[in-house]
Amino acid sequence: MSDLRPDLAIIAANVAPGSRVLDVGCGDGALMAALRDARNVDARGLELNPANVASAVGRGLSVVQGDADTDLLYYPDASFDYAILSQTLQTTRRPDTVVEDLLRIAGQAFVSFPNFAHWRGRLSLLWGGRMPVTRLLPEKWYDTPNIHHLTIDDFRALVKERGWTIDGQWFLKGDRQTGDANANLFAEHAVFLLRR
Amino acid sequence: MTTIAAPLDDRFGLDRKVTLPGPLRLDGGGVLASVDIAYETYGSPNADGSNVILICHALTGDQYVASTHPLTGKPGWWTRMVGAGKPIDPARHLIICANVLGSCMGSSGPAGIDPATGGKWAMRFPVITIADMVRAQAMLLDHLGIGRLHAVIGGSMGGMQALTWPTLFPDRLESVVVIASTARHSAQNIAFHEVGRQAIMADPNWRGGDYYADNRPPSAGLSVARMAAHITYLSEAGLTEKFGRRLQGRDAKTFGFDADFQIESYLRHQGISFVERFDANSYLYITRAMDYYDLAEDHQGSLARAFERTKARFCLVSFDTDWLYPTSESRIIVHALNAAGAQASFVELSSPFGHDAFLLDVPELNRVVDGFLRAGERG
Repeated sequence: MSDLRPDLAIIAANVAPGSRVLDVGCGDGALMAALRDARNVDARGLELNPANVASAVGRGLSVVQGDADTDLLYYPDASFDYAILSQTLQTTRRPDTVVEDLLRIAGQAFVSFPNFAHWRGRLSLLWGGRMPVTRLLPEKWYDTPNIHHLTIDDFRALVKERGWTIDGQWFLKGDRQTGDANANLFAEHAVFLLRR
Repeated sequence: MTTIAAPLDDRFGLDRKVTLPGPLRLDGGGVLASVDIAYETYGSPNADGSNVILICHALTGDQYVASTHPLTGKPGWWTRMVGAGKPIDPARHLIICANVLGSCMGSSGPAGIDPATGGKWAMRFPVITIADMVRAQAMLLDHLGIGRLHAVIGGSMGGMQALTWPTLFPDRLESVVVIASTARHSAQNIAFHEVGRQAIMADPNWRGGDYYADNRPPSAGLSVARMAAHITYLSEAGLTEKFGRRLQGRDAKTFGFDADFQIESYLRHQGISFVERFDANSYLYITRAMDYYDLAEDHQGSLARAFERTKARFCLVSFDTDWLYPTSESRIIVHALNAAGAQASFVELSSPFGHDAFLLDVPELNRVVDGFLRAGERG
């Protein structure tokens, strides 16, 4: 599982072996394949991009082409142990509804997203007066798929407002984990494990 | 049931035909005392007989999936998918394809013989459904000593059969591949079929279906039916690209009713060549079976309920230019499979060819089907 993107590696390391997982925005299925092969996980995927779906199905994974905003409602309650939403939250039309759906479908949900309040982004906006373009957020404001930028503190506020429980949280600076202290300023990326 | 093992006996091979004892009780209330099934097999079973793939053909298809058609001399209709080095490969699989019930290439149908009278069935053949076709296929598997299928696969009407399989025989198969298909015939689908049927029945040669004795079939009507249907198999963009408004073998319009346009000439050719290989009454029966098809209706209106009892894996593929069975129909199936907790894969592939894409060269389709089948062949 060492080839996985750092946030996916964190998720993979914390999924219980033999569990049932729904990976929403699963891309070409890299995480699903790792979970299947290393942890004997029954993984299903949902992915918007047809080329990614074809790749994932071509490697033997169960992946459905669809949209997190519109297709999650067809999954029955409590049908998975975990739902995973990695680097996808900020691209959805209603991130709050999507997370609600994940917690309805699965007992726990991993949610990972880039932190818009990282100091580099703040400097760029404060001094440059321009929307930040960074390693994790490489697109310009007009062509970005990220339509709901958020910060770690924004997400924590949403969790509190909805009464969800945080079972785990991990923060990344570059490819390395970093501490909780001042994560909103220093972390480029966050992974939360939630339950209802 | 006996386990099949190589070497295979004469039940297996090309151009097989068998009469199986019935009765086969049909959804419409009719009963067939015995059932003729014409079929072909390719390849051999593996040690535990876990490599059997059943291919279901479409409305005007037949059992010659990967061998030369006896009437047209053309290669099999799905050699892009079936053959050496293809996703369905005789070197790895025991492949079976049977002519559907109601068709005219050797299985029981209106063009066949009614054993009770010794004459042609014609319109005295009982009305059949997609589920009846599947039940007849299951009878064939019993005859061949095959208990369980590795996969059932089909496009278009073949997809309807494939999708019906796990609802009737939930424990008899591991995986289902449904390409460019649907879980029910829409009003528009029924409408196009009705145009075709009326064209056949309006042909004075049809004579209530009794045209076999003097060999003067309703060719004009069947040809028009084929022309109308063929339009639904192609995309508007595909037609424009292939024919546009180009004229056929002339420099100017004739201001008459000849086939001035290439598209007219093409459709007429499609119609004329079709009547040489297909029976008009079979066309009536099979289109009717498709129109009656609504998988949810058979399960208290819930498609999810249809799939509740099966552990099979599903793979669905649609094409973005298919307006006969558009992607939205596949999504309805996928949502039902998700609701039933079934293992499902689905992808909409891009192709300019419309509904016919499932028969044509779409490399992504082969990649998806290959990966899906191989995933079920691990360990």
